[in-house]
Amino acid sequence: MGKQNKIYLILFALGVFALPLFLRNNYHLMVLNISALNILVVIGLNLLMGFAGQISLGHAAFFGLGAYFSGILTTTFGFPTWPTILLAMAITAGVAFGIGVPTLKLEGHYLVMATLGFNVIIYIVMIQLESLTGGPSGFSGIPRPELGGFIFDSDRKYYYLLWTVSLGALLLSLNLIHSRVGRAMAALRQNEIAARCAGIDTKAYKVKIFVLSAAMASLAGSLYAHYITFISPGTFSFFYSLQVVTMVLVGGIGSLWGSVLGALLLTILPEALHAVKEYNVLVYGLILTGVLVFFPHGLLTGMAGIWRGREKRVAAGMEKTIS
Amino acid sequence: MSLWLQIFQFVLSGLTTGSTYALVAIGFSLIHNATGIVNFAQGEFVMLGGMFMITFHSFLRLPMVLAFVLTIICVAAVGLLLERGPINRARSKEILILVMITVGASISIKGLSMMIWGKNPMTLPPFSGENPLIFLGAAIMPQSLWIFGITLLVVIALSYFFRGTMAGKAMRAVAASRRTALLSGIPVERMILLSFTLSGALGAAAGVILTPITTTSYDVGVMMGLKGFSAAILGGYGSMPGAVVGGLLLGVLESLGAGLISSEYKDAMAFLILLIVLFFKPTGILGKGSFKRV
Repeated sequence: MGKQNKIYLILFALGVFALPLFLRNNYHLMVLNISALNILVVIGLNLLMGFAGQISLGHAAFFGLGAYFSGILTTTFGFPTWPTILLAMAITAGVAFGIGVPTLKLEGHYLVMATLGFNVIIYIVMIQLESLTGGPSGFSGIPRPELGGFIFDSDRKYYYLLWTVSLGALLLSLNLIHSRVGRAMAALRQNEIAARCAGIDTKAYKVKIFVLSAAMASLAGSLYAHYITFISPGTFSFFYSLQVVTMVLVGGIGSLWGSVLGALLLTILPEALHAVKEYNVLVYGLILTGVLVFFPHGLLTGMAGIWRGREKRVAAGMEKTIS
Repeated sequence: MSLWLQIFQFVLSGLTTGSTYALVAIGFSLIHNATGIVNFAQGEFVMLGGMFMITFHSFLRLPMVLAFVLTIICVAAVGLLLERGPINRARSKEILILVMITVGASISIKGLSMMIWGKNPMTLPPFSGENPLIFLGAAIMPQSLWIFGITLLVVIALSYFFRGTMAGKAMRAVAASRRTALLSGIPVERMILLSFTLSGALGAAAGVILTPITTTSYDVGVMMGLKGFSAAILGGYGSMPGAVVGGLLLGVLESLGAGLISSEYKDAMAFLILLIVLFFKPTGILGKGSFKRV
């Protein structure tokens, strides 16, 4: 991780942790808490999209697996909270491994469809397995987590928990992409054949990143379940998978800071514009298509490029000469 | 009813839905062969087929044949616009980006359809009555016969198109090698446009013939797309006969699974089959192995 990133991260963390002092409204805190969860999912997804060059349209399912495993095991079976969260991550990682191994060894974009299918199946299971999951009406009464006698029972307390986890994930991910593993992944994204020739086991890396990314979504799901204390299948439908993919693309594939901004922007914006909620599906579809057509490297990088038009043209020229 | 008769009945109904999966799978293959893209909006074409047909036939009271033709034209136009608009204008031609554009387009189409046609499921009357015919002791709906007939007609017409016409041969050339096709003077751009238009038409046909049996609503596209894709993988991705075999087989397996194991998890069958095929024989039943030149 470069020095610049370190400074940004420290400044960002200071800002994040100081912010609740100025917020009186619990609703605002809640929106920011959901943003923190989305950031966690989006960072994991961006590692997959930006560095393994693969798309998952099933992250809502991994998010949901975390939420349901945590919720059911702690509430119905009385498991302790924190070990259960880790257990849920391990199970979800195992499931992702099962999907990843057959699909990622192939050339092309089979993972997109496989994960989409998986999302649809998990959604059906959540609804059908009524005795365990509560079916379509959802599962309630999940306990708030506790740490050494301290109970996270308010939006404000949970804010610090969630943002600590999200910033921690951001720190680890920034470290990861600037490590040997990260450079191997960058090579893989640039040119898989060249990377393989350089001795990088590209298939193993793709599977590992996919598993890591699913585990991060599962962690977010568990924290979500313990935060809201009520979960229902609607939250984990294919549409959430699409939302997080859109957040990655708006922030820019491969840019972790972009992911943070993308997640914040697309979580807060719909809350601010209530009219948008009615046409949620259409709006997300149009944003997704528009960003991809006009700013394939992300809305934020694209916008920055327009403001600094000259630099962009130079960069484009360079890209052309390189390729 | 004896078990064998029951199984026969499931196979018949499986072949019926399987025929429409085959049409969707052919649509996937057409676009994949021309561009290498997995077109996520394929399922939305099916949904639009049903919706336009309901609008023309049930609301505007147009005669069935005219409504059918108009529906095909409209949805083919949607396919054409998808290619002319987002796909063609995309700044980045990376496959990953293009695939995601079709995802975005599919969601936009879904959202727009929800605004136009509402959220309630809708249906069409069967083409010719609802009295089942008895065939070897099993009941067949007349609509199933229509589905078999129209699918067969479409498949025959398509094989003639690919073997016997200049445009069809040009499309096959593009599928074999885009660069070589371009060098021999084939207008590759126009062939890509044609593949999207044809896929739209195929999806529409599937939607029109299937709606009287299954009903339709704005959100059936994702599932139809997924099943068509699974069918295409099962048969061998990119192969036309493979798409037909894959579609029929998937329909039958799904129907048997729903009838003999559990109907709640019927939709899970397609996905399970997809994963199993990818695991053991990713080239599908009729697909050929491929080499990759570095």
